[in-house]
Amino acid sequence: MKKVELRNVCKSYDGPPQVVTNVNVTINPGEFFILVGPSGCGKSTILRMIAGLESITGGQLLIGDQVANSLMPSERNLSMVFQNYALYPHLTVKDNIVFGLHVKKVPKEERKRRCEEVAAMLGLSDYLNRKPRHLSGGQRQRVALARAIVNESPVCLMDEPLSNLDAKLRAHMRAEIRQIQRKLGITMIYVTHDQMEAMTMGDRIMVLNKGEVQQVGHPLDIYNHPANPFVATFIGSPPMNVVDATVAHNQIHIEGIKPIDIMDSQLANKEIIQVGIRPEHISFASKEIEDKRRNIVEVVNVEVLGNETVIAFKLGAGEWMAKWSGQWRVQIGDRIPLEISYDAISVFDKESNELIKSPKVSDLHVFEHEVI
Amino acid sequence: MNGQPVPQKTTTPMANVNPSGFWKRSKNFRVAMLYLFPSFLLFSVFVFYPMMKTVYLSFFLTDYEGFPSLFVGLENYAYIFQSESFRKSIIATFIFVLITVPFGVLLALFLALLANEKLKGIGFFRTIFASNMGMSVAASSVIWLFLFHPSIGAFNQFLATFHLPQVEWLLDPSWAIISVSITTIWMNTGFAFLIILGGLQNIDEYLYENANIEGAGYWYQLKRITLPMLSPTMFFIITVSLINAFQTFGQVDILTQGGPAESTNLIVYSIYREAFINYQFGPASAQSVVLFLCILVVTILQFKFGEKKVHYQ
Repeated sequence: MKKVELRNVCKSYDGPPQVVTNVNVTINPGEFFILVGPSGCGKSTILRMIAGLESITGGQLLIGDQVANSLMPSERNLSMVFQNYALYPHLTVKDNIVFGLHVKKVPKEERKRRCEEVAAMLGLSDYLNRKPRHLSGGQRQRVALARAIVNESPVCLMDEPLSNLDAKLRAHMRAEIRQIQRKLGITMIYVTHDQMEAMTMGDRIMVLNKGEVQQVGHPLDIYNHPANPFVATFIGSPPMNVVDATVAHNQIHIEGIKPIDIMDSQLANKEIIQVGIRPEHISFASKEIEDKRRNIVEVVNVEVLGNETVIAFKLGAGEWMAKWSGQWRVQIGDRIPLEISYDAISVFDKESNELIKSPKVSDLHVFEHEVI
Repeated sequence: MNGQPVPQKTTTPMANVNPSGFWKRSKNFRVAMLYLFPSFLLFSVFVFYPMMKTVYLSFFLTDYEGFPSLFVGLENYAYIFQSESFRKSIIATFIFVLITVPFGVLLALFLALLANEKLKGIGFFRTIFASNMGMSVAASSVIWLFLFHPSIGAFNQFLATFHLPQVEWLLDPSWAIISVSITTIWMNTGFAFLIILGGLQNIDEYLYENANIEGAGYWYQLKRITLPMLSPTMFFIITVSLINAFQTFGQVDILTQGGPAESTNLIVYSIYREAFINYQFGPASAQSVVLFLCILVVTILQFKFGEKKVHYQ
């Protein structure tokens, strides 16, 4: 198993606007590393640079301990799964799986053995003689996966492999890919635009926006301590509510709600800030809570998801979301009391976008309808 | 919609047998016929009627205007199969087809593979390679007529600069068929090139990227990915080229008029001579029917044996 290291890697096409700027990261051997970001953020470009399908215009790429900038894709000893699977339509599943082994002139007996081994692992044994067009989307995905792991390459790259599957199959394949990666111990670099995949699959994730690295870290660290408002709104569903605020008289003033008392000294010398709060950290204000912490808001949308309820409400000029456990029978137009406590909020610097304070609460509350 | 019976709203099985039921059920068919009518009309006027008429005429002797005058049954067929000239014409046609189709398609494939590479300014070459599509048979034949000219033609001048023996391109019976073939290959390349290039560009780029990662070289990719993926296109272009080659006329008329010594008297030219120079419309029609059957058999054989090697997606 090999590490993959990017040092100041840049990419530009014919001119100054860089599509990828100064990426620095070391992906450890055997790690499941995820590149996540919105469309056009450069995540696929980074993956393709690692694969050697795009040239690197600046910086260094190391695979293992070897500088790989100018190596041919075939010399980098890696495998790749493409978004559309890139299966050969004229070859059977078996021939698709052993394509790389055939190229490398692996003896026929061993090809057969390895193919059968991998097919058994992925439940493809019954389909080996079929053509890809006779397979379902999920089966094709497995063939692509089989083709990637049959080579036993130390590094595997995946470019949005699950985006063509339906939601249920996607959830299943997420778990399966993760298990295979653990079992084989390969270094996996996985590109996705789906923050849910990133959160659930990655050992570490890298959040990208406009070709720049926003944050690298363990999924929960990123969730709990997002480095800037972009990461905060990108990771988590529904996204974190972020709004401009001012600091005065040791209180945070946000348009549309009552001032929040500042409990510590982290915000000293700050005047204009950005405040973010995760939907699940907005709490319902029961009758016991003192009036100065109760904010009455108007509900504009309610989505009951069975075990939890997402409530959208108007606040100041914008719309916020709250996510509560349980089934809240709230109607559109209802006015409900909320509490936004100092412990629950994240604060970002308005100028530098840096995180100043992250929330302390993480417990989930359970409410019955009667308490409203 | 005037005069159309009002559809009856009934759920009894009787509804299936009464006229309005039939009228309703045949609605799709009638709509389909309406859409097909223009093609039926055009095909009837320009294809089906002439075809029938040709078969009809092949059983007659005709006057000089082409009107049937004497029913002779299969005698026209007997006559052409005994004719030395027709046999030579068939042989010349098959030689011509066997030269132009393989070399023409291979040349077009070669050019298309070149033009499919991602290089700067490749668009220029794509245009050039496809540009002879825009030239008429007559114009290009005249150009080649000059190139083949025994004394001032470019080919012989070229040979002369290297002190090589001169070639009587269009006057030597053994060279003439080759010269006409070269002209034909050149004229058909543009179309075949364009179709094959289109086929190449339709191949998913990811297939090659995967092959690159797996370490497959150019020839391996050509053999294992490009050619199989291109097979539907190649099948189409081979079929069309075959049919076109059997029907070659214009360049023969301008370059050699079937000569010398009938060595380039390809079958369509032979039909033309029989009908419009000798005014023998009966035997000419019989030749046309034989040509039709030849093309039919070759195409059926091609579909039977060639299509197995075609990988449709």
